[in-house]
Parts: sequence; C-alpha cells; structure tokens
Amino acid sequence: MAHITLDLAHSYKPRPQQDSDYALLPLAMEFQDGGAYALLGPSGCGKTTMLNIMSGLLVPSHGKVLFDGRDVTRASPQERNIAQVFQFPVIYDTMTVAENLAFPLRNRKVPEDQIKQRVGVIAEMLEMSGQLNQRAAGLAADAKQKISLGRGLVRADVAAVLFDEPLTVIDPHLKWQLRRKLKQIHHELKLTLIYVTHDQVEALTFADQVVVMSRGKVMQLGTPDALFERPQHQFVGHFIGSPGMNFLPAQSAAGRLQVAGHALEQPAGRGLPEGALQVGVRPEYLALAQPGAAGALPCTVQRVQDIGTYQMLTAQVGEHLLRARFAPEQRLPAPGETAWLQVLGAHTCYYQNEELLP
Amino acid sequence: MDLALERIHKKVGAQTWLYELDMALQSNAVTVLLGATQAGKTSLMRIMAGLDAPTGGRVRVDGRDVTGMPVRERNVAMVYQQFINYPSMSVADNIASPLKLRGEKNVAARVRELAERLHIDMFLDRLPAELSGGQQQRVALARALAKGAPLMLLDEPLVNLDYKLREELREELAQLFAAGQSTVVYATTEPGEALLLGGYTAVLDEGRLLQYGPTAEVFHAPCSLRVARAFSDPPINLVPAVATAAGLRLQGGLELAPRLPLAAASAADLTVGLRASALRVQARPGDVAVQGQVELAEISGSDTFVHVATPMGEVVAQLTGVHYFALGSTLSLYFDPAQVYVFAGHGALLLAPARMGGH
Repeated sequence: MAHITLDLAHSYKPRPQQDSDYALLPLAMEFQDGGAYALLGPSGCGKTTMLNIMSGLLVPSHGKVLFDGRDVTRASPQERNIAQVFQFPVIYDTMTVAENLAFPLRNRKVPEDQIKQRVGVIAEMLEMSGQLNQRAAGLAADAKQKISLGRGLVRADVAAVLFDEPLTVIDPHLKWQLRRKLKQIHHELKLTLIYVTHDQVEALTFADQVVVMSRGKVMQLGTPDALFERPQHQFVGHFIGSPGMNFLPAQSAAGRLQVAGHALEQPAGRGLPEGALQVGVRPEYLALAQPGAAGALPCTVQRVQDIGTYQMLTAQVGEHLLRARFAPEQRLPAPGETAWLQVLGAHTCYYQNEELLP
Repeated sequence: MDLALERIHKKVGAQTWLYELDMALQSNAVTVLLGATQAGKTSLMRIMAGLDAPTGGRVRVDGRDVTGMPVRERNVAMVYQQFINYPSMSVADNIASPLKLRGEKNVAARVRELAERLHIDMFLDRLPAELSGGQQQRVALARALAKGAPLMLLDEPLVNLDYKLREELREELAQLFAAGQSTVVYATTEPGEALLLGGYTAVLDEGRLLQYGPTAEVFHAPCSLRVARAFSDPPINLVPAVATAAGLRLQGGLELAPRLPLAAASAADLTVGLRASALRVQARPGDVAVQGQVELAEISGSDTFVHVATPMGEVVAQLTGVHYFALGSTLSLYFDPAQVYVFAGHGALLLAPARMGGH
C-alpha cells in the first residue's frame, strides 16, 4: 500500500498556452495510505486522465507522481504495483472463478497455500464461494464483473486499487449490494482504493474523501458531508445534490446585504467583505419563515410539485428562481401567493468570485 | 389530440409482449409509461405510433380508427434513447427539415426560436457530431418539436446523459409539455423521473398495464403490491403481517392498530408497505420504533438511504441530507403507524395512508 502524491499538470497538446489547453490544470494532491477516494465530475472533467496518470498508463506532461516519496512518474503499472478494475469485465472465460481470482497471484509466484487462502477470503467477501469451480463463461455480466473486482482486490501487497466506473454493467438493483461489498472490503482489507465515476451516489457512498472535478480542475477534496454543507466552489454546490444549491447575487456594504432588491441585516459576527457576493443555500435548508423575519425574503410561489417522497416549491424573487424542498406533510402556500423563505441561516454559504468565503 | 387504446394486445410467436389493455390517454398532457426493462413500454409506444400493428384491438385518434394506418400517414414525432440526427446536415438544417417538408414559411425564424428554447442557438452552424451528447439530444428534441405533431412519443430520451444534464433537460421538457399543445407519451424506468414530470402515469409490468392515473395519485395510492413495488425508488419496504383482534402483527412482533377494512379481518397473509421516506431517526409523538443494524448508508447528495437489518426484515430509510452511520452499528428507526400501506394476500391495496400537506 502506498501514500500517493501528485504535483503535476497534463496537456495532450505539445505547447499549452491557456487553461483550456490542459486536460488537467496544475494541482498538488495527497492520497493517504489506506484511504477510499472517489474522483467525481461530468464527462471531460479530467478524472480519467488523473486516474491514468496514477496508474502509469499516462505520463504527465508536467510534474511528478510519488508513491511513498519515491518518484514513479515514468514507471509502468507493473512497476508501481497497481491493480485495476475497468468498466467491463476483464476475465478469462475458459478458466473457473477460482482460477480467475488466483491469476494475479500465480503471476507473481505466490505460494499455492497462500493463494488458496486468499482466493477463499475474497470469494467469501464477494459471496462467490459457491461458484468457485464454475467456468466463468457461463456467468451473467454482473457475476463476471464481480470476478473482475475480486481480481483487483486479491493481492494484499498492492500499492493501490484503481476502479474506472466499475459498476456500469451492473443491474441497478444489484448496484447497492456491490457498493456495500466494496465498502466492507475497504474496511476489512484497508487497501488504498481510488474510484472514478460520474455517478454522485456511487462516489459519495463509496468514498471517505471525494475529489470533485470540472474542466481539468480540482474544485474540492472533501468528505461527502463537507461537499453538501460547505461546497468550496459554486460548481460543487451546483453539482452535488439534485437539484443543487440555490444562488442569489448580493451586494455587501456597511453591515447590510442587498439581495434581489431587498436589504437584509448581515448575520451577526459573519464579517462579510464589501462588494459583490453570491449567497448559496440548499433546497433542503430553505425553510418557510414568518413575514418580515430577519434574513428572510418574500418570494412569489410559482409551482408546488408533489415528488412523492417530498414536495418541491419553486418561487421567484426579483428575476431569480429558488427551489425549496419540504416534507410531504408540510402545508405550503399556493402558486401566486407570497412565501417568506429563510435565505440567510446557519447553513447558508457565501461566495466571492465563485469561491467559498470562510 | 385524443388517443385511445381499446383491447390492445400483442403476441410475437408464442410470447405475449402485451396483455389485453384499455387506455384513454389524457389529451394534451404528458403520460409517463413507467416500468422496468421488458415491461412493454416500447411495444406499446410502437403501436401508438403506428410502427407496429397490434395482434388485436383498436387504436383510435380523435375517435377515428387508425389501427392499420402506417406511421408515415400519421402525424407523430418520436425521440429515442440514441441521439438520432442527420449527420451530414447542420444543426439548423436538422431542425428545419420537418418545417421544409411541410412547406412552411419563416423557417429560419422558427428554427431560431426552437433552438433558443432548447439552448442550442449558438450551435446552429455546426454538425451534430461536433456537439456533446446532451446537445445532440437537444437537437433531436428541437426537430421533434418543430414537427408540431399532436402526438409526441419519447422513449427514455435522457437515459444516456450525465445526471446533471438529465436534471436540466427534464425540467425544460416538463415545462414544454405543460404548455399543453400535444399529447405526450414518455417512457422511463425511473420512478423519480415520473414524479418530476408530473402529469399522468401508466405503470407497466411484464406486459400488463397495472394502473393509470394522475402521477401523484398513483404513487400515493397504488392499487396493488405490484404497482407499489414498481413505483418506488428506493424500493418500498414490505413486511409480512397477520391480522389480529387489535389490528396487525408485523414480522418481528411489532403490533399496529390501523383501521382495517372488514376484508382483512383474520387474514394471515397480509403485507405491510412502508415508504423509505416514512422512516426517520428522530421520534415524533405517536411513533413506533424498530431497531436494527446498519448495513450501508448510500448517499445521493440530497438524501442518505440507510439500509438496516431489523426484526421486520431489511428496511431502507430515506433521510434528507448527508448522514454517516458506521457499518454494523445499532440504529433506531421510527415511523407514524398512520403512514403504513396494507395489502391483501392477493396483492390488492386494502389501506393507504391519508395524504397530508400540499396547499
């Protein structure tokens, strides 16, 4: 297992001039030994480029990759001792499940008794103990992918296991079982796991730490809770959650905050800088308030949707729309009526130039 | 436009793809066809479009029998999962094609208006292949809208897009549909998508139409266990129960006293349904409690879905926001006994929770 340090940038173009020439903008990051990480972002954000640089499939155009302080920038995946699991099953159809799982160990000349023991442990974790002697050829796609996962996890001495969208081929109702398996396996084996996905459920469920990326840039490295409560960048607020965070432009001056044509008292002790800001509040935290309450804005209700497990209220203030989420039993004002919404509160975030203010 | 299906069924060889069904679609509104893969959504849509003939039954448009009429003689617009555009034509020409076919005037202005509505007006001169997946699907949608057909059929149009794009486009589509100029049919496998689109929902399962009605109504009062199962995400929690003198005894021993209809008296094969969102971790007055071990907490970004092994069986609780639970830790869940569904042994709904809230 290894502690991975990245201090690099990558451009597929020979002489990058501007930000858009980079697949990965300059970044410095540490991945702790034994941690579970997810790289999350929309397609084209650079997450797969970062994974390929860590695995050794790609040499970065600038900078270095260190494993436990050792420079491995130009080392192959074998030299780095990396295991990888891809989107689609990579297994030998003619071999049995047990032979497939044992393959990475046999390749490295691990003694037979140790192989047997380790294959047994992994098969047990993946609930495949009953299928060990079955040919892989006859198995369903998700069982084959489980073997791929098992092959990635079978070696105890790997520096890290890298997953590239490994649950794509898995049926939706089986996905959560495999997510649970991966999480349990991480707790039991304490391997360094790095997981690339565009699916926020997978990233937030699997990882202790999530790297949110957009356009070649790392926007935030944080726990799921931090991404929800304190998005470091407006992009993270928008990207995490469905719908994402609401934003309202505001002007801060002399202890007051001008929001959508209304002058609000700044929250006590907040010490916001003067000038143009953005106020961010999640739909989950936008509560109904008494008319005229401090930090609340009068909004015109546009729509109330019954989404089954919750209600979504869409309201307009000035030229801006706000989304607020309520429990199914909550009584809500009707479209056309005025709703006072608590915009400034304990969970409200403030942004300047799209970056979170402390 | 009125679209009605009468005693429609479809067999292919020895296999039944659609069992006999009747359905009068809500005019100029969106009807969601909700079901897992193989439920019959696409088969039904192809019959509505005239791409396939039913084995038996009638398709009526505004009262007129169009059953054997091929698709080219009907006025139907379709959008598929795959992004289908004319690859050698510019985005503008793609959108313009149905307008030109109809010999319409002011084509350029109409193209611009549609492109603006779908936020692709900056790409009008490009070829579809130069656009992202989301943008390509917007072009296909704009072309379908340009057709101005009274019937628009969309077969899982957002399934191949990233979730943020899906969220954005679904919102825009919901608004376009709400304008009420066409009868829209929208197939999806996702219960959440049906609820976000609103309108009306038809729940399909293994070739059978199980229920059709206003979307929220079908969700809150599913007529059977099968509908409740098909129309829930996360899956509705189902617990075997028996009727007792006092009410119900759930698997694991929990006793509830709902007002059951006479039909349920002394039944030993009832099923209690409890939506994941009805379970909570903080008790309110009148709640009952159930304790268990945490198996996993799935975090969606807006919600946390906690899977808990309890004496009732394995249940999922939906909690708003991001919460952490250690695997294997003990957790108490609470729910209001008035929030349970009760289903008879044969699956029919006996009791649904009273609806609250709204405006």
